[in-house]
Amino acid sequence: MKVKTKFGIGAAIIVVTLSALGYIGAKESKTYYHTVSELSTLSSNQRNQRIRVGGDVVAGSIKHMPGRIDFVLKEENKTLPVSYVGADPLPDTFKDGAQCLVEGKAMPDGRFVAEQIQAKCASKYEVAPGADLPGGQPQAASPGDNKS
Amino acid sequence: MSLDLFGSFALLLAFLCGIYAFVIGIAAIRTRKPLLIKSARHAGMAVCVLIWLGFASLAYLFFTDNFAMAYVVAHSNRTLETFFKFPAIWAGQEGSLLFWSFLLSIYVFSALFTYRHKHPELMPYVGVVLAGVQLFFLTLNNFIASPFQVLGAAGPAGVMHYIARADGQGLNPLLQYPEMIIHPPVLYSGYTGFSIPFAFALAALLGRYPGEKWIHLTRRWTMIAWGFQSAGILLGAHWAYAVLGWGGYWSWDPVENASLMPWLTGTAFLHSVMMQEKRGMMRVWNIWLVFTTFLLTIFGTFLTRSGVVSSVHAFAESKIGPWFLGFIGVALAVCVVSFLRNRDYLRSDNVLDSLVSRESSFLFNNLILLVACVAVLSGTLFPVLSEWVRGTKISVGAPFFNKINLPIGLFLLFLTGVGPLLAWRKTSMESLRRNFGIPLAIGIVAAAVGMLLGLREFYVTTCLLLSVFVTMTILTEFYRGARVIAARTGANLLSSAGQLTLRNTRRYGGYVVHFGMVLIFIGVSGTAFNQNKEMEMPVGAQMDIGPYHLTHQTFDSTQQTNYSTERATIAVDRNNQQVIMLYPERRFYPSNQESGTMVAIYSTLKQDLYVVYAGRSPDTNQPVIHAYLNPLVKWIWLGGAIVVLGTLLALVPNQQPVLALRAVEGRVPAMGSPATAQLSMQRYESPHE
Repeated sequence: MKVKTKFGIGAAIIVVTLSALGYIGAKESKTYYHTVSELSTLSSNQRNQRIRVGGDVVAGSIKHMPGRIDFVLKEENKTLPVSYVGADPLPDTFKDGAQCLVEGKAMPDGRFVAEQIQAKCASKYEVAPGADLPGGQPQAASPGDNKS
Repeated sequence: MSLDLFGSFALLLAFLCGIYAFVIGIAAIRTRKPLLIKSARHAGMAVCVLIWLGFASLAYLFFTDNFAMAYVVAHSNRTLETFFKFPAIWAGQEGSLLFWSFLLSIYVFSALFTYRHKHPELMPYVGVVLAGVQLFFLTLNNFIASPFQVLGAAGPAGVMHYIARADGQGLNPLLQYPEMIIHPPVLYSGYTGFSIPFAFALAALLGRYPGEKWIHLTRRWTMIAWGFQSAGILLGAHWAYAVLGWGGYWSWDPVENASLMPWLTGTAFLHSVMMQEKRGMMRVWNIWLVFTTFLLTIFGTFLTRSGVVSSVHAFAESKIGPWFLGFIGVALAVCVVSFLRNRDYLRSDNVLDSLVSRESSFLFNNLILLVACVAVLSGTLFPVLSEWVRGTKISVGAPFFNKINLPIGLFLLFLTGVGPLLAWRKTSMESLRRNFGIPLAIGIVAAAVGMLLGLREFYVTTCLLLSVFVTMTILTEFYRGARVIAARTGANLLSSAGQLTLRNTRRYGGYVVHFGMVLIFIGVSGTAFNQNKEMEMPVGAQMDIGPYHLTHQTFDSTQQTNYSTERATIAVDRNNQQVIMLYPERRFYPSNQESGTMVAIYSTLKQDLYVVYAGRSPDTNQPVIHAYLNPLVKWIWLGGAIVVLGTLLALVPNQQPVLALRAVEGRVPAMGSPATAQLSMQRYESPHE
């Protein structure tokens, strides 16, 4: 057999094995993104998948309960009650108004049970010009201003 | 003139000079007029100096607390320690992009300056490519994300006027950590450094520059970039570990993946260039590897800044994404077109002779690294790809990445041991037995002992076997070489090993890097035995984790200039003897209403005790302590340091063994005449070089 063919076979075995592993890994960990408004329309089959939902934490909604933390996520005027039951401590960035991603399962009663929470690393979350600053409506004024 | 104007003018001028360097550079290539070539080169250098001035004036604005600047307001405040005004400069989108330009310009200037009188056929092309890359970033710095925007407000007649704020919003507490001063510069130096080999490769292709010259020229540049990239990734991992407080150092986050992908292809490139240098093979492959590496550095930046994939670290979503995509598109088009037009110049001199040869070990190394890169890329882009293909956004998590990359890692580790000792072209069974018999036997014994002691995880046992095997092959290599020198010079083995290394720094520095990687693998394998425990711990409460006994002794809250803090004092005992006091802490920064965790770590070679004060329990108002026991983590940082050391070693020019040979004449006459000594030395070194 030519060396090139041998190498090709070796390479094919490696690639196929790894693809299979990747397929298994993806199946195990895949998570579906949904918006808050989509959640109510999901079929029961879809409800059983791991789901990830994003939104803003409604100010004042964070309540510490025994064994869980309840809060409300809001996205485009739709709200979603969430119970966080995960083992990890809440991220430092999790607070009123934070952009937040929760991962877990949607319950039939409309509540979302989250096992993981990510809150946007505020370091680089840049405050929109004019918002959240005391006094006046200052704006970044410069020609060619494209800051979003 | 105020400094913000100075800075933005410097950048604008840099942009114009960049256009000049680009256009005149092309004209110079067409006309071959020496004066034009010189002029383009000088313009290229001027671009760099102007970028330095722009960056210096931004730094000055930070250090003088100039709160008329929108960017300074957003990332600094008066109480911020001077020390932390450095990371504040690159804490946001605009500053970090200027910082990118700044580091890139250091590389560009060094390259233009180093080769100003050399390679007149190649350098004009290099200058044009680099100017093109710089122009892209200067466009962003000037027109899309300028850090020199001033704050303004609409006056009575609707006329905008300047306003200055009394104080800024402060720097994110997560970035107020010493490592944040070195991690971004180091990682960015890695990212930007790959522009140099890219420029030389593209230039060589465009100019049909003969032979493997460009590879020799860029060898050191690539290694510098690779060393920075490696160090940057590990520093980032260490920062995440020490600051974020979740007990781990790697989570397959898009930002982490973005830094890993060019590292993987860069590593593949560093290895496969040897095939081209020694055997004239893989020319097409190498050109594309270096193109891919460069494109991945840009793509990584795009990923983290465009909001295409959500990440905890990502920059705010901005309109900058399309610019990056556009640039990647243009760069890719240039690469493809120049490849198609000049591919005949890249034909190979040789073909693969045997499956058991150095060549084939490099091929497998490259294949595996590429598969890893594709896996990381597709995992990162899974939400985007699934939305295109199936209309639903699906993400994959750590299990996906781990399942693929663990076997890849182990296979690479195996190649690390085997590859360097295989002969070029074809390796005989006899040499396999001689080179690998003993190391393999010792590895198997180590794995057996590990299994007896309770290491029953398949991957961990395999990792142990391979780590010992690779370490033994590396030691054997040093030992054999050192013995030859020692026999000839009469020096002891250790100093002979030192001499050996200095005579062929690339090879033995490479071994040192490999050894560092082994340590990193050992450290990572410790993850299989992580434990953690969370408990409400009022003062006086106790917790046991692994061999440690934790006692909460006191709890205090204090007020600092910049923040207020709550801190637990925890005594750590082992076998009824106190080993250390730990002070996990939580800080609150009033200026931006953020809190930051200060993790307390007691680190030994065997394991890290990692203690987090997780805040107060909402029910009882008692402090909650989360303790982790992470085995072998220290080996990762140690391995990282050795990888960097090995890279530095490989950058040192080779020493000629002249002195040693002169010593031969007097001292060891039995070895034969100096001429035969020299001959045998050559014979010893040639199969590997």
